[in-house]
Amino acid sequence: MALRSLATRKTLTQGLNSVKLTQSRALQTFSLPDLPYDYGALEPAISGEIMELHHQKHHQTYITNYNKALEQLHEAILKGDSSTVVKLQSAIKFNGGGHINHSIFWKNLAPIREGGGEPPKGSLGWAIDTSFGSFESLIQKISAEGAALQGSGWVWLGVDKELKKLVIETTANQDPLVTKGPNLVPLLGIDVWEHAYYLQYKNVRPDYLKNIWKVINWQYASEVYEKECP
Amino acid sequence: MAAAASMTATSLTLALLPPQGLRGSTRSLPSTKPQRWFSRKAGSNWVTAKFELKPPPYPMNALEPHMSQETFTYHWGKHHRAYVDNLNKQIVGTELEGLSLEEIIIVSYNKGDILPAFNNAAQAWNHEFFWESMKPGGGGKPSGDLLDLIERDFGSFERFIEEFKSAAATQFGSGWAWLAYKANRLNVDNAVNPWPSEKDKKLVVVKSPNAVNPLIWDYFPLLTIDVWEHAYYLDFQNRRPDYISIFMEKLVSWEAVSARLEKAKAQVAEREMEEERRKKEEEEEDDEDVEMYVDSNTDDSEAE
Ligand SMILES: [Fe+2]
Ligand SMILES: [Fe+2]
Repeated sequence: MALRSLATRKTLTQGLNSVKLTQSRALQTFSLPDLPYDYGALEPAISGEIMELHHQKHHQTYITNYNKALEQLHEAILKGDSSTVVKLQSAIKFNGGGHINHSIFWKNLAPIREGGGEPPKGSLGWAIDTSFGSFESLIQKISAEGAALQGSGWVWLGVDKELKKLVIETTANQDPLVTKGPNLVPLLGIDVWEHAYYLQYKNVRPDYLKNIWKVINWQYASEVYEKECP
Repeated sequence: MAAAASMTATSLTLALLPPQGLRGSTRSLPSTKPQRWFSRKAGSNWVTAKFELKPPPYPMNALEPHMSQETFTYHWGKHHRAYVDNLNKQIVGTELEGLSLEEIIIVSYNKGDILPAFNNAAQAWNHEFFWESMKPGGGGKPSGDLLDLIERDFGSFERFIEEFKSAAATQFGSGWAWLAYKANRLNVDNAVNPWPSEKDKKLVVVKSPNAVNPLIWDYFPLLTIDVWEHAYYLDFQNRRPDYISIFMEKLVSWEAVSARLEKAKAQVAEREMEEERRKKEEEEEDDEDVEMYVDSNTDDSEAE
Protein backbone atom coordinates (compact mmCIF):
# COMPACT_ATOMS: atom_id res chain seq x y z
CA MET A 1 0.00 0.00 0.00
CA ALA A 2 2.66 2.48 1.09
CA LEU A 3 4.79 1.32 -1.77
CA ARG A 4 1.97 1.82 -4.20
CA SER A 5 1.20 5.34 -3.06
CA LEU A 6 4.85 6.19 -3.36
CA ALA A 7 4.87 4.89 -6.89
CA THR A 8 1.76 6.90 -7.67
CA ARG A 9 3.28 10.02 -6.30
CA LYS A 10 6.36 9.48 -8.37
CA THR A 11 4.34 9.14 -11.54
CA LEU A 12 2.44 12.23 -10.63
CA THR A 13 5.60 14.23 -10.08
CA GLN A 14 7.01 13.02 -13.34
CA GLY A 15 3.81 13.97 -15.06
CA LEU A 16 3.92 17.47 -13.61
CA ASN A 17 7.53 17.90 -14.59
CA SER A 18 6.85 16.99 -18.14
CA VAL A 19 3.97 19.44 -18.27
CA LYS A 20 6.23 22.18 -16.96
CA LEU A 21 8.85 21.31 -19.53
CA THR A 22 6.37 21.41 -22.38
CA GLN A 23 5.07 24.73 -21.18
CA SER A 24 8.52 26.25 -21.02
CA ARG A 25 9.25 24.93 -24.50
CA ALA A 26 6.25 26.76 -25.90
CA LEU A 27 7.97 30.11 -25.85
CA GLN A 28 5.71 33.11 -26.19
CA THR A 29 6.66 35.29 -29.09
CA PHE A 30 5.35 38.72 -30.01
CA SER A 31 3.69 40.10 -33.09
CA LEU A 32 3.06 43.57 -34.44
CA PRO A 33 0.01 45.21 -32.85
CA ASP A 34 -2.46 46.90 -35.21
CA LEU A 35 -2.59 50.67 -35.27
CA PRO A 36 -5.89 52.02 -33.86
CA TYR A 37 -6.10 54.47 -36.86
CA ASP A 38 -5.03 54.68 -40.51
CA TYR A 39 -1.47 55.57 -41.44
CA GLY A 40 -2.61 58.86 -42.97
CA ALA A 41 -4.94 59.78 -40.11
CA LEU A 42 -2.38 61.92 -38.26
CA GLU A 43 -1.61 64.18 -41.21
CA PRO A 44 -0.47 66.89 -41.46
CA ALA A 45 1.25 66.56 -38.06
CA ILE A 46 2.85 63.21 -39.01
CA SER A 47 2.85 62.03 -42.61
CA GLY A 48 1.33 58.72 -43.64
CA GLU A 49 4.67 57.67 -45.13
CA ILE A 50 6.43 58.10 -41.79
CA MET A 51 3.69 56.24 -39.92
CA GLU A 52 3.76 53.33 -42.35
CA LEU A 53 7.55 52.89 -42.27
CA HIS A 54 7.66 53.45 -38.54
CA HIS A 55 5.03 50.82 -37.83
CA GLN A 56 5.62 48.25 -40.57
CA LYS A 57 9.41 48.40 -40.74
CA HIS A 58 10.89 49.80 -37.54
CA HIS A 59 8.50 48.36 -34.98
CA GLN A 60 8.36 45.07 -36.89
CA THR A 61 12.18 44.83 -36.87
CA TYR A 62 12.31 45.33 -33.10
CA ILE A 63 9.74 42.55 -32.69
CA THR A 64 11.53 40.19 -35.07
CA ASN A 65 14.86 40.70 -33.32
CA TYR A 66 13.29 40.54 -29.89
CA ASN A 67 11.71 37.16 -30.71
CA LYS A 68 15.00 35.93 -32.11
CA ALA A 69 16.87 36.98 -28.98
CA LEU A 70 14.23 35.38 -26.73
CA GLU A 71 14.55 32.09 -28.59
CA GLN A 72 18.32 32.18 -28.26
CA LEU A 73 17.97 33.05 -24.58
CA HIS A 74 15.60 30.18 -24.05
CA GLU A 75 18.01 27.73 -25.65
CA ALA A 76 20.98 29.11 -23.73
CA ILE A 77 19.11 28.75 -20.44
CA LEU A 78 18.15 25.15 -21.23
CA LYS A 79 21.79 24.41 -22.04
CA GLY A 80 23.06 26.24 -18.98
CA ASP A 81 25.14 28.44 -21.28
CA SER A 82 25.65 31.43 -18.99
CA SER A 83 27.95 33.41 -21.23
CA THR A 84 25.37 33.42 -24.03
CA VAL A 85 22.65 34.36 -21.55
CA VAL A 86 24.67 37.38 -20.48
CA LYS A 87 25.65 38.28 -24.04
CA LEU A 88 22.00 38.40 -25.11
CA GLN A 89 21.06 41.05 -22.54
CA SER A 90 21.88 44.06 -24.71
CA ALA A 91 19.87 42.75 -27.69
CA ILE A 92 16.93 41.97 -25.41
CA LYS A 93 17.03 45.39 -23.79
CA PHE A 94 17.27 47.17 -27.15
CA ASN A 95 14.74 45.18 -29.14
CA GLY A 96 12.39 44.42 -26.24
CA GLY A 97 12.55 48.09 -25.29
CA GLY A 98 11.80 49.05 -28.90
CA HIS A 99 8.70 46.83 -28.83
CA ILE A 100 7.48 48.17 -25.47
CA ASN A 101 8.07 51.82 -26.34
CA HIS A 102 6.48 51.76 -29.78
CA SER A 103 3.45 49.85 -28.46
CA ILE A 104 2.87 52.73 -26.03
CA PHE A 105 3.66 55.39 -28.63
CA TRP A 106 0.88 54.27 -31.01
CA LYS A 107 -1.63 54.57 -28.17
CA ASN A 108 -0.28 58.02 -27.32
CA LEU A 109 -1.38 59.32 -30.72
CA ALA A 110 -4.86 59.96 -32.10
CA PRO A 111 -6.33 61.72 -35.13
CA ILE A 112 -7.68 65.19 -34.36
CA ARG A 113 -11.26 64.14 -35.15
CA GLU A 114 -10.94 61.40 -32.53
CA GLY A 115 -9.84 63.80 -29.84
CA GLY A 116 -6.13 64.08 -30.65
CA GLY A 117 -4.58 67.15 -29.07
CA GLU A 118 -7.43 67.77 -26.64
CA PRO A 119 -5.90 68.67 -23.25
CA PRO A 120 -6.44 66.22 -20.39
CA LYS A 121 -9.37 66.75 -18.09
CA GLY A 122 -9.99 65.36 -14.65
CA SER A 123 -7.32 64.29 -12.22
CA LEU A 124 -4.42 64.25 -14.70
CA GLY A 125 -5.23 67.82 -15.71
CA TRP A 126 -5.13 68.84 -12.05
CA ALA A 127 -1.90 66.97 -11.40
CA ILE A 128 -0.23 68.67 -14.38
CA ASP A 129 -1.25 72.13 -13.16
CA THR A 130 -0.01 71.33 -9.67
CA SER A 131 3.34 69.90 -10.81
CA PHE A 132 4.18 72.12 -13.77
CA GLY A 133 2.11 75.27 -13.34
CA SER A 134 0.08 74.80 -16.47
CA PHE A 135 -0.54 72.45 -19.37
CA GLU A 136 1.37 74.85 -21.65
CA SER A 137 4.46 74.84 -19.47
CA LEU A 138 4.40 71.02 -19.37
CA ILE A 139 4.37 70.95 -23.16
CA GLN A 140 7.19 73.45 -23.30
CA LYS A 141 9.30 71.45 -20.88
CA ILE A 142 8.81 68.11 -22.64
CA SER A 143 9.54 69.71 -26.03
CA ALA A 144 12.71 71.33 -24.72
CA GLU A 145 14.00 68.08 -23.18
CA GLY A 146 13.17 66.15 -26.33
CA ALA A 147 14.98 68.67 -28.51
CA ALA A 148 18.06 68.62 -26.28
CA LEU A 149 18.40 64.83 -26.24
CA GLN A 150 21.64 63.74 -27.94
CA GLY A 151 21.30 61.05 -30.56
CA SER A 152 18.34 58.67 -30.45
CA GLY A 153 15.88 58.24 -27.63
CA TRP A 154 12.58 59.08 -25.99
CA VAL A 155 11.13 61.83 -23.85
CA TRP A 156 8.51 60.78 -21.31
CA LEU A 157 5.79 62.00 -19.05
CA GLY A 158 5.51 59.37 -16.35
CA VAL A 159 4.02 58.88 -12.94
CA ASP A 160 5.84 57.52 -9.94
CA LYS A 161 3.21 55.08 -8.68
CA GLU A 162 4.57 55.07 -5.11
CA LEU A 163 5.03 58.82 -4.67
CA LYS A 164 2.03 59.58 -6.93
CA LYS A 165 4.13 62.22 -8.61
CA LEU A 166 4.46 63.25 -12.26
CA VAL A 167 7.94 63.23 -13.80
CA ILE A 168 9.53 64.20 -17.10
CA GLU A 169 12.39 61.93 -18.13
CA THR A 170 14.44 61.13 -21.20
CA THR A 171 15.87 57.72 -22.06
CA ALA A 172 18.58 56.85 -24.57
CA ASN A 173 18.01 54.60 -27.60
CA GLN A 174 15.24 52.13 -26.77
CA ASP A 175 15.57 52.13 -23.01
CA PRO A 176 12.06 51.98 -21.56
CA LEU A 177 11.03 54.47 -18.86
CA VAL A 178 11.30 51.84 -16.14
CA THR A 179 15.11 51.94 -16.52
CA LYS A 180 14.94 55.39 -14.88
CA GLY A 181 13.14 54.06 -11.79
CA PRO A 182 11.28 50.86 -10.92
CA ASN A 183 8.11 52.75 -9.92
CA LEU A 184 7.82 54.84 -13.05
CA VAL A 185 4.82 54.20 -15.29
CA PRO A 186 4.73 55.87 -18.72
CA LEU A 187 1.73 58.07 -19.50
CA LEU A 188 3.17 59.56 -22.67
CA GLY A 189 6.31 58.73 -24.64
CA ILE A 190 7.53 60.71 -27.63
CA ASP A 191 9.92 59.03 -30.03
CA VAL A 192 12.75 61.43 -30.93
CA TRP A 193 14.70 59.02 -33.10
CA GLU A 194 15.34 60.62 -36.46
CA HIS A 195 13.22 57.92 -38.15
CA ALA A 196 10.19 59.38 -36.34
CA TYR A 197 10.36 62.69 -38.20
CA TYR A 198 13.18 62.87 -40.76
CA LEU A 199 11.20 62.34 -43.99
CA GLN A 200 8.98 65.27 -43.07
CA TYR A 201 10.95 67.56 -40.74
CA LYS A 202 14.56 66.71 -41.73
CA ASN A 203 17.02 68.15 -39.23
CA VAL A 204 14.43 70.34 -37.50
CA ARG A 205 13.41 68.18 -34.55
CA PRO A 206 11.88 71.15 -32.66
CA ASP A 207 9.22 71.55 -35.40
CA TYR A 208 8.26 67.89 -35.05
CA LEU A 209 8.01 68.42 -31.31
CA LYS A 210 5.85 71.49 -31.86
CA ASN A 211 3.39 69.72 -34.14
CA ILE A 212 3.07 66.35 -32.43
CA TRP A 213 0.99 67.92 -29.64
CA LYS A 214 -1.86 68.31 -32.15
CA VAL A 215 -2.26 64.53 -32.24
CA ILE A 216 -1.47 63.49 -28.67
CA ASN A 217 -4.08 61.21 -27.13
CA TRP A 218 -4.48 62.62 -23.62
CA GLN A 219 -7.46 60.37 -23.05
CA TYR A 220 -5.11 57.37 -22.94
CA ALA A 221 -2.64 59.16 -20.63
CA SER A 222 -5.53 60.06 -18.29
CA GLU A 223 -6.75 56.48 -18.13
CA VAL A 224 -3.30 55.17 -17.18
CA TYR A 225 -2.90 57.95 -14.61
CA GLU A 226 -6.27 57.27 -13.01
CA LYS A 227 -5.47 53.58 -12.78
CA GLU A 228 -2.18 54.26 -11.02
CA CYS A 229 -3.49 57.11 -8.86
CA PRO A 230 -7.13 56.34 -8.16
CA MET B 1 64.05 75.22 -11.35
CA ALA B 2 63.70 71.61 -12.42
CA ALA B 3 59.94 71.98 -12.14
CA ALA B 4 59.94 75.09 -14.30
CA ALA B 5 62.08 73.42 -16.93
CA SER B 6 59.77 70.41 -17.16
CA MET B 7 56.74 72.66 -17.47
CA THR B 8 58.28 74.44 -20.41
CA ALA B 9 58.98 71.12 -22.00
CA THR B 10 55.34 70.11 -21.62
CA SER B 11 54.01 73.31 -23.18
CA LEU B 12 56.44 72.96 -26.03
CA THR B 13 55.38 69.41 -26.63
CA LEU B 14 51.75 70.47 -26.69
CA ALA B 15 52.41 73.22 -29.16
CA LEU B 16 54.65 71.25 -31.48
CA LEU B 17 53.26 67.74 -31.59
CA PRO B 18 50.50 66.90 -34.05
CA PRO B 19 47.04 66.38 -32.53
CA GLN B 20 47.57 62.77 -31.52
CA GLY B 21 50.87 63.63 -29.93
CA LEU B 22 48.94 65.47 -27.28
CA ARG B 23 47.39 62.29 -26.08
CA GLY B 24 50.60 60.90 -24.76
CA SER B 25 50.56 63.62 -22.16
CA THR B 26 46.81 63.82 -21.59
CA ARG B 27 47.11 62.65 -18.03
CA SER B 28 49.31 65.58 -17.12
CA LEU B 29 46.95 68.12 -18.68
CA PRO B 30 45.71 70.49 -16.00
CA SER B 31 42.01 70.32 -16.79
CA THR B 32 41.26 71.72 -13.37
CA LYS B 33 43.64 74.64 -13.81
CA PRO B 34 42.35 76.69 -16.74
CA GLN B 35 44.93 79.45 -16.24
CA ARG B 36 47.54 77.18 -17.84
CA TRP B 37 45.48 77.16 -21.00
CA PHE B 38 45.28 80.92 -21.03
CA SER B 39 48.98 81.43 -20.46
CA ARG B 40 49.74 79.01 -23.24
CA LYS B 41 47.43 80.85 -25.55
CA ALA B 42 49.01 84.17 -24.68
CA GLY B 43 52.52 82.78 -24.85
CA SER B 44 52.15 81.38 -28.33
CA ASN B 45 50.30 84.49 -29.41
CA TRP B 46 47.35 82.64 -30.89
CA VAL B 47 44.63 84.51 -32.60
CA THR B 48 41.33 83.12 -31.37
CA ALA B 49 39.87 81.90 -34.63
CA LYS B 50 36.47 80.31 -34.87
CA PHE B 51 36.15 76.83 -36.24
CA GLU B 52 35.02 76.83 -39.82
CA LEU B 53 32.74 74.50 -41.69
CA LYS B 54 35.08 73.09 -44.30
CA PRO B 55 33.41 72.26 -47.62
CA PRO B 56 33.53 68.59 -48.58
CA PRO B 57 36.41 67.64 -50.93
CA TYR B 58 33.98 67.10 -53.88
CA PRO B 59 30.72 68.65 -55.12
CA MET B 60 27.48 67.89 -53.28
CA ASN B 61 26.16 65.74 -56.12
CA ALA B 62 29.45 63.88 -56.73
CA LEU B 63 28.42 60.78 -54.76
CA GLU B 64 25.16 60.29 -56.67
CA PRO B 65 23.42 57.91 -56.99
CA HIS B 66 24.91 56.21 -53.92
CA MET B 67 24.50 59.20 -51.66
CA SER B 68 22.00 61.71 -52.97
CA GLN B 69 22.61 65.41 -53.26
CA GLU B 70 19.59 65.95 -51.04
CA THR B 71 21.11 63.83 -48.25
CA PHE B 72 24.41 65.62 -48.67
CA THR B 73 22.82 69.07 -48.62
CA TYR B 74 21.10 68.39 -45.30
CA HIS B 75 23.87 66.35 -43.77
CA TRP B 76 26.68 68.79 -44.49
CA GLY B 77 24.69 72.01 -44.84
CA LYS B 78 22.46 71.57 -41.78
CA HIS B 79 23.72 68.88 -39.42
CA HIS B 80 27.47 69.41 -39.75
CA ARG B 81 27.02 73.19 -39.83
CA ALA B 82 24.93 73.14 -36.65
CA TYR B 83 27.65 71.22 -34.78
CA VAL B 84 30.30 73.76 -35.84
CA ASP B 85 28.12 76.81 -35.13
CA ASN B 86 27.00 75.52 -31.75
CA LEU B 87 30.56 74.65 -30.77
CA ASN B 88 31.74 78.17 -31.62
CA LYS B 89 28.97 79.67 -29.51
CA GLN B 90 29.66 77.28 -26.68
CA ILE B 91 33.38 77.88 -26.26
CA VAL B 92 33.45 81.69 -26.46
CA GLY B 93 35.07 83.00 -23.31
CA THR B 94 35.79 79.56 -21.84
CA GLU B 95 39.14 77.88 -21.30
CA LEU B 96 38.41 75.80 -24.42
CA GLU B 97 38.67 78.82 -26.71
CA GLY B 98 41.91 78.73 -28.68
CA LEU B 99 42.44 74.99 -28.39
CA SER B 100 42.51 72.74 -31.44
CA LEU B 101 39.42 70.67 -32.16
CA GLU B 102 41.22 67.49 -31.10
CA GLU B 103 42.30 69.09 -27.85
CA ILE B 104 38.73 70.20 -27.12
CA ILE B 105 37.50 66.66 -27.76
CA ILE B 106 39.96 65.14 -25.30
CA VAL B 107 39.53 67.81 -22.63
CA SER B 108 35.71 67.90 -22.85
CA TYR B 109 35.42 64.11 -22.93
CA ASN B 110 36.81 64.51 -19.45
CA LYS B 111 37.51 60.78 -19.03
CA GLY B 112 33.88 59.86 -19.61
CA ASP B 113 32.33 62.55 -17.43
CA ILE B 114 31.34 64.45 -20.58
CA LEU B 115 31.32 68.27 -20.60
CA PRO B 116 28.77 70.15 -22.76
CA ALA B 117 31.19 71.01 -25.60
CA PHE B 118 32.04 67.38 -26.27
CA ASN B 119 29.09 66.48 -28.49
CA ASN B 120 29.49 69.43 -30.81
CA ALA B 121 33.28 69.23 -30.94
CA ALA B 122 33.38 65.50 -31.62
CA GLN B 123 30.56 65.68 -34.17
CA ALA B 124 32.28 68.56 -35.99
CA TRP B 125 35.43 66.43 -36.17
CA ASN B 126 33.62 63.19 -37.07
CA HIS B 127 31.74 64.69 -39.99
CA GLU B 128 34.79 66.30 -41.57
CA PHE B 129 36.56 62.96 -41.20
CA PHE B 130 33.56 61.18 -42.73
CA TRP B 131 33.42 63.41 -45.86
CA GLU B 132 37.10 62.76 -46.39
CA SER B 133 36.58 59.02 -45.98
CA MET B 134 34.61 58.98 -49.23
CA LYS B 135 35.20 59.94 -52.84
CA PRO B 136 33.34 59.70 -56.14
CA GLY B 137 34.18 56.35 -57.69
CA GLY B 138 35.36 54.94 -54.38
CA GLY B 139 35.13 51.41 -53.05
CA GLY B 140 37.12 48.48 -54.36
CA LYS B 141 40.12 47.19 -52.48
CA PRO B 142 43.08 48.86 -50.79
CA SER B 143 46.68 47.94 -51.58
CA GLY B 144 50.18 48.12 -50.14
CA ASP B 145 50.81 48.52 -46.41
CA LEU B 146 47.15 48.97 -45.61
CA LEU B 147 46.09 45.75 -47.31
CA ASP B 148 48.96 43.86 -45.65
CA LEU B 149 47.91 45.07 -42.21
CA ILE B 150 44.24 44.33 -42.90
CA GLU B 151 45.10 40.79 -43.95
CA ARG B 152 47.40 40.33 -40.96
CA ASP B 153 44.90 41.63 -38.40
CA PHE B 154 41.57 40.39 -39.80
CA GLY B 155 42.65 37.28 -41.72
CA SER B 156 41.50 38.62 -45.09
CA PHE B 157 40.03 41.72 -46.69
CA GLU B 158 36.65 39.96 -46.90
CA ARG B 159 36.70 39.18 -43.19
CA PHE B 160 37.50 42.82 -42.44
CA ILE B 161 34.56 43.94 -44.58
CA GLU B 162 32.27 41.59 -42.67
CA GLU B 163 33.51 42.84 -39.32
CA PHE B 164 33.18 46.49 -40.28
CA LYS B 165 29.68 46.01 -41.72
CA SER B 166 28.56 44.14 -38.66
CA ALA B 167 29.89 46.85 -36.32
CA ALA B 168 28.04 49.51 -38.32
CA ALA B 169 24.82 47.48 -38.44
CA THR B 170 24.77 46.61 -34.74
CA GLN B 171 25.51 50.04 -33.27
CA PHE B 172 22.25 50.37 -31.33
CA GLY B 173 20.87 53.84 -31.99
CA SER B 174 22.93 56.74 -33.33
CA GLY B 175 26.68 56.49 -33.72
CA TRP B 176 29.66 55.57 -35.84
CA ALA B 177 31.72 52.55 -36.90
CA TRP B 178 35.48 52.88 -37.31
CA LEU B 179 38.62 51.30 -38.60
CA ALA B 180 41.41 52.53 -36.36
CA TYR B 181 45.09 52.02 -35.76
CA LYS B 182 45.74 51.06 -32.18
CA ALA B 183 49.32 51.62 -31.14
CA ASN B 184 50.38 49.95 -27.94
CA ARG B 185 47.30 50.97 -26.06
CA LEU B 186 45.31 48.78 -23.73
CA ASN B 187 41.53 48.45 -24.03
CA VAL B 188 41.08 50.84 -21.16
CA ASP B 189 40.62 54.58 -21.52
CA ASN B 190 44.01 56.22 -21.86
CA ALA B 191 45.88 53.28 -20.31
CA VAL B 192 49.41 52.79 -21.58
CA ASN B 193 50.62 49.29 -22.32
CA PRO B 194 53.57 48.72 -20.00
CA TRP B 195 55.26 46.17 -22.26
CA PRO B 196 54.59 47.27 -25.82
CA SER B 197 55.77 45.24 -28.76
CA GLU B 198 55.45 45.62 -32.54
CA LYS B 199 52.57 43.14 -32.45
CA ASP B 200 50.51 45.50 -30.31
CA LYS B 201 50.31 48.01 -33.12
CA LYS B 202 47.32 46.82 -35.02
CA LEU B 203 44.14 47.65 -36.88
CA VAL B 204 40.87 47.36 -34.99
CA VAL B 205 37.19 47.77 -35.84
CA VAL B 206 35.19 49.61 -33.20
CA LYS B 207 31.78 51.22 -32.95
CA SER B 208 30.87 54.25 -30.86
CA PRO B 209 27.61 55.80 -29.65
CA ASN B 210 26.40 59.29 -30.64
CA ALA B 211 29.41 61.62 -30.89
CA VAL B 212 32.11 59.42 -29.37
CA ASN B 213 35.17 58.74 -31.53
CA PRO B 214 38.33 56.64 -31.08
CA LEU B 215 40.51 59.67 -30.26
CA ILE B 216 39.26 59.36 -26.71
CA TRP B 217 40.68 55.81 -26.50
CA ASP B 218 43.94 57.11 -27.88
CA TYR B 219 43.47 55.25 -31.19
CA PHE B 220 44.23 56.70 -34.62
CA PRO B 221 41.01 56.75 -36.69
CA LEU B 222 41.49 55.64 -40.31
CA LEU B 223 37.96 55.21 -41.68
CA THR B 224 34.47 55.95 -40.46
CA ILE B 225 30.84 55.54 -41.44
CA ASP B 226 28.09 57.67 -39.93
CA VAL B 227 25.21 55.44 -38.82
CA TRP B 228 22.97 58.15 -37.43
CA GLU B 229 19.67 57.77 -39.24
CA HIS B 230 20.05 61.23 -40.84
CA ALA B 231 23.02 59.82 -42.81
CA TYR B 232 20.86 57.41 -44.78
CA TYR B 233 17.19 57.92 -44.09
CA LEU B 234 16.31 60.00 -47.18
CA ASP B 235 18.07 57.48 -49.45
CA PHE B 236 17.52 54.15 -47.70
CA GLN B 237 14.87 54.76 -44.99
CA ASN B 238 15.13 51.92 -42.45
CA ARG B 239 17.51 49.83 -44.59
CA ARG B 240 20.74 50.58 -42.79
CA PRO B 241 22.48 47.40 -44.04
CA ASP B 242 21.97 48.51 -47.68
CA TYR B 243 23.50 51.90 -46.92
CA ILE B 244 26.51 50.24 -45.28
CA SER B 245 27.05 47.88 -48.24
CA ILE B 246 26.89 50.72 -50.78
CA PHE B 247 29.30 52.75 -48.66
CA MET B 248 31.84 49.92 -48.66
CA GLU B 249 31.38 49.01 -52.33
CA LYS B 250 31.05 52.44 -53.94
CA LEU B 251 32.16 55.24 -51.65
CA VAL B 252 35.16 54.41 -49.43
CA SER B 253 38.30 56.31 -50.38
CA TRP B 254 41.04 53.76 -49.71
CA GLU B 255 43.64 56.40 -50.66
CA ALA B 256 42.47 58.55 -47.78
CA VAL B 257 42.60 55.55 -45.43
CA SER B 258 46.12 54.63 -46.61
CA ALA B 259 47.35 58.18 -46.19
CA ARG B 260 45.93 58.28 -42.66
CA LEU B 261 47.65 55.01 -41.82
CA GLU B 262 51.02 56.34 -42.95
CA LYS B 263 50.48 59.51 -40.94
CA ALA B 264 49.46 57.52 -37.90
CA LYS B 265 52.57 55.35 -38.12
CA ALA B 266 54.79 58.42 -38.39
CA GLN B 267 53.10 59.99 -35.39
CA VAL B 268 53.47 56.81 -33.37
CA ALA B 269 57.19 56.69 -34.20
CA GLU B 270 57.55 60.32 -33.18
CA ARG B 271 55.68 59.72 -29.98
CA GLU B 272 57.86 56.75 -29.12
CA MET B 273 61.00 58.82 -29.64
CA GLU B 274 59.56 61.53 -27.45
CA GLU B 275 58.69 59.04 -24.69
CA GLU B 276 62.16 57.53 -24.92
CA ARG B 277 63.72 60.97 -24.60
CA ARG B 278 61.54 61.83 -21.62
CA LYS B 279 62.41 58.58 -19.89
CA LYS B 280 66.11 59.34 -20.31
CA GLU B 281 65.62 62.83 -18.91
CA GLU B 282 63.83 61.45 -15.88
CA GLU B 283 66.64 58.99 -15.27
CA GLU B 284 69.15 61.83 -15.40
CA GLU B 285 67.05 63.84 -12.94
CA ASP B 286 66.99 60.84 -10.62
CA ASP B 287 70.77 60.70 -10.77
CA GLU B 288 70.96 64.39 -9.78
CA ASP B 289 68.68 63.72 -6.81
CA VAL B 290 71.03 61.02 -5.58
CA GLU B 291 74.03 63.33 -5.84
CA MET B 292 72.25 66.01 -3.85
CA TYR B 293 71.37 63.50 -1.18
CA VAL B 294 75.02 62.42 -0.94
CA ASP B 295 76.14 66.06 -0.76
CA SER B 296 73.81 66.92 2.10
CA ASN B 297 74.90 63.79 3.90
CA THR B 298 78.49 64.98 3.66
CA ASP B 299 77.44 68.37 5.03
CA ASP B 300 75.83 66.70 8.02
CA SER B 301 78.92 64.69 8.80
CA GLU B 302 81.08 67.82 8.67
CA ALA B 303 78.77 69.59 11.10
CA GLU B 304 79.17 66.89 13.69
FE1 LIG C 1 10.65 54.76 -33.44
FE1 LIG D 1 25.87 62.74 -39.36
